[in-house]
Amino acid sequence: MSEKLIKVENLTLQFKTDEGLITAVDDVSFEIAPGEVMGLVGESGSGKSVTAKSLMKLNPGNAVYSPESKITLTTDGEDISVLDLQSARDLKVVRGGAISMIFQEPMASFAPAITIGDHMVEQLLLHTDLNKKGAAELSVEMLERVGISEAGKRFDQYAFELSGGMRQRAMIAMALSTKPKLLIADEPTTALDVTIQAQVLELMKELVTEFGMGIVFITHDLGVVAQTADKVAVMYLGRLVEQGPVREVLHHPAHPYTQGLMDALPKLEDLDAPLTPVAGDIPSPLERPSGCVFHTRCPKFIEGRCDATEPKSFGVFTDHTVSCFVTEDQGVRVA
Amino acid sequence: MSDHPLVSTENLSVHFPLGKNLFGPQLYVKAVEGITLQIPRGSFFGLVGESGSGKTTFGRALLKAVPISNGHVEYHDEDVNYNLETLTKAELKDYRKRAQLIFQDPYAALSPRMTVRDIIAEPLELMGLTSSREETDEKVREIAAKCRLNLEHLRRFPHAFSGGQRQRISIARALVSTPKFVVADESVAALDVSIQADVLNLLKELQRELGLTYLFISHDLSVVAHVCDKVAVMYLGRLVETAPTRELFAGPKHPYTKALLSAIPSLDPDHVSKAQKLEGEIPSPASPPPGCKFHTRCPHATDICKTQEPAQEHVTESHTISCHRWKELDVADAAE
Repeated sequence: MSEKLIKVENLTLQFKTDEGLITAVDDVSFEIAPGEVMGLVGESGSGKSVTAKSLMKLNPGNAVYSPESKITLTTDGEDISVLDLQSARDLKVVRGGAISMIFQEPMASFAPAITIGDHMVEQLLLHTDLNKKGAAELSVEMLERVGISEAGKRFDQYAFELSGGMRQRAMIAMALSTKPKLLIADEPTTALDVTIQAQVLELMKELVTEFGMGIVFITHDLGVVAQTADKVAVMYLGRLVEQGPVREVLHHPAHPYTQGLMDALPKLEDLDAPLTPVAGDIPSPLERPSGCVFHTRCPKFIEGRCDATEPKSFGVFTDHTVSCFVTEDQGVRVA
Repeated sequence: MSDHPLVSTENLSVHFPLGKNLFGPQLYVKAVEGITLQIPRGSFFGLVGESGSGKTTFGRALLKAVPISNGHVEYHDEDVNYNLETLTKAELKDYRKRAQLIFQDPYAALSPRMTVRDIIAEPLELMGLTSSREETDEKVREIAAKCRLNLEHLRRFPHAFSGGQRQRISIARALVSTPKFVVADESVAALDVSIQADVLNLLKELQRELGLTYLFISHDLSVVAHVCDKVAVMYLGRLVETAPTRELFAGPKHPYTKALLSAIPSLDPDHVSKAQKLEGEIPSPASPPPGCKFHTRCPHATDICKTQEPAQEHVTESHTISCHRWKELDVADAAE
């Protein structure tokens, strides 16, 4: 892939806490091209959101990035090393400029005493050269673009006057009005009903084609990933255990954790299939397992090997990599 | 006698008054309107619908946790036969033992200041079901073991537990009074898929072991498809379709059910949903549209749908539907 948008290399991030250093992200690498949608999947506590926030250096002050970590954002032919940006002023290029974010709970993301319109205008004034009038016009246009009826009226309303689906649309309109190169969507449809979810996903797909931006789509719903993403990255306890094209990963999951997630999912095609949970609970980040982080819950655990050394990333098929000794032993998959 | 449904409703309505209007008439939100439904003994009964469709209110009405405005709810087990509108105080107390609720959010449902043992024991003490501390402890240990909690867990506080473990604590608390009927309101919605599978399996196991009947309220159709034997679909306070799970998922008849099913994202990236996408959102229950409540979003709505509310009809013995045009649409579907 010649065109690049963002490249993450060896991202390792720890949080300083009273109990000691907690590793939230451990040696994660991936890249996203313009117009590409990457689904980031994993259980709660696997480090999905922390990874995504690192792209804007948005993690709290007690976050420590390791010296090997590198995030390169390419915008207008220029490479920006995100982690080297220090002041809030420098970071403006990234935060809200080249990268926008949509959050899970749209009610919590709008200030209750400020109108939708004021929210939108404020960020446009900060990030673009538009004047107040131009910003207001663009905002109303964006609201219309995401399918909000009577956009002019909604512009002057408060978040509580909008329904859940509409709030999420307004959030998307706001995030896209600055024309970001990369959109981070953190569980954007989890709080919505299926019918509304379908509408929002449809809208996001349209907008990708129209604006040609890259999307990091964080979700725990593999069905949503299947319908929206081009590629998938599966995280567990801060490690990226498997990544590859969406068809590859979902049809031939190679890591036991990905397989476990698929088995735990109720499938409409086969109502008799038993729901098999992944055994055990996700370990506390304070007691990170040695070797492969998943070995405490893995059905294919090899004693003396999986708990001793960390598996390296291994190419199991074209563009499809996995970190697992068992899969590595089986060798490259033949098509 | 044994084929008598455990809980049945007839024309059940729950209306909440809106703020007083000095001159105009008193306005109501019709959260649940005219629902007739039978929940057979020993069933895992699913109730689905979008937010705002009245699922939770209906579940609570069956527990007599909200006032019933109209219609009847009957509870019928081997010992007692209750008519929920006319319960005496003593009967209501007894009914509380027989019908219980499991909440959605295991983080909000457990008091952070009580140990797990006290949380599970509280219903026993409040209802006066045990006479001594030893007996209470005995019962708590028994139900905790059934819900796969360790004895050592009982001494800890809820903050020490993960979401799945907390949900098991709430289940133990709901089941400690040995209820027959359990309303599980979005009990797995806040959990990760793996933990969700674990909790669903536990609910199934407990059903077999303790002879429970569930009303399982959920917005996740794939979960419902997997665990429930019968499903009812609600829209804006009305029941639109009821059928055995397999029948419903294989051949949904109501346009709303069809739309709901087609909105589930498929795990196959190449799968392109051919069914219609639903436009717009669910109208406010404070000002529902006239006629069939679904006509504002229904792709097949005609004039009759806009003025007349459809009656409940039987497709088969156990499959009911409320739609003016289901027969025509069915023929059209078959022709395709």
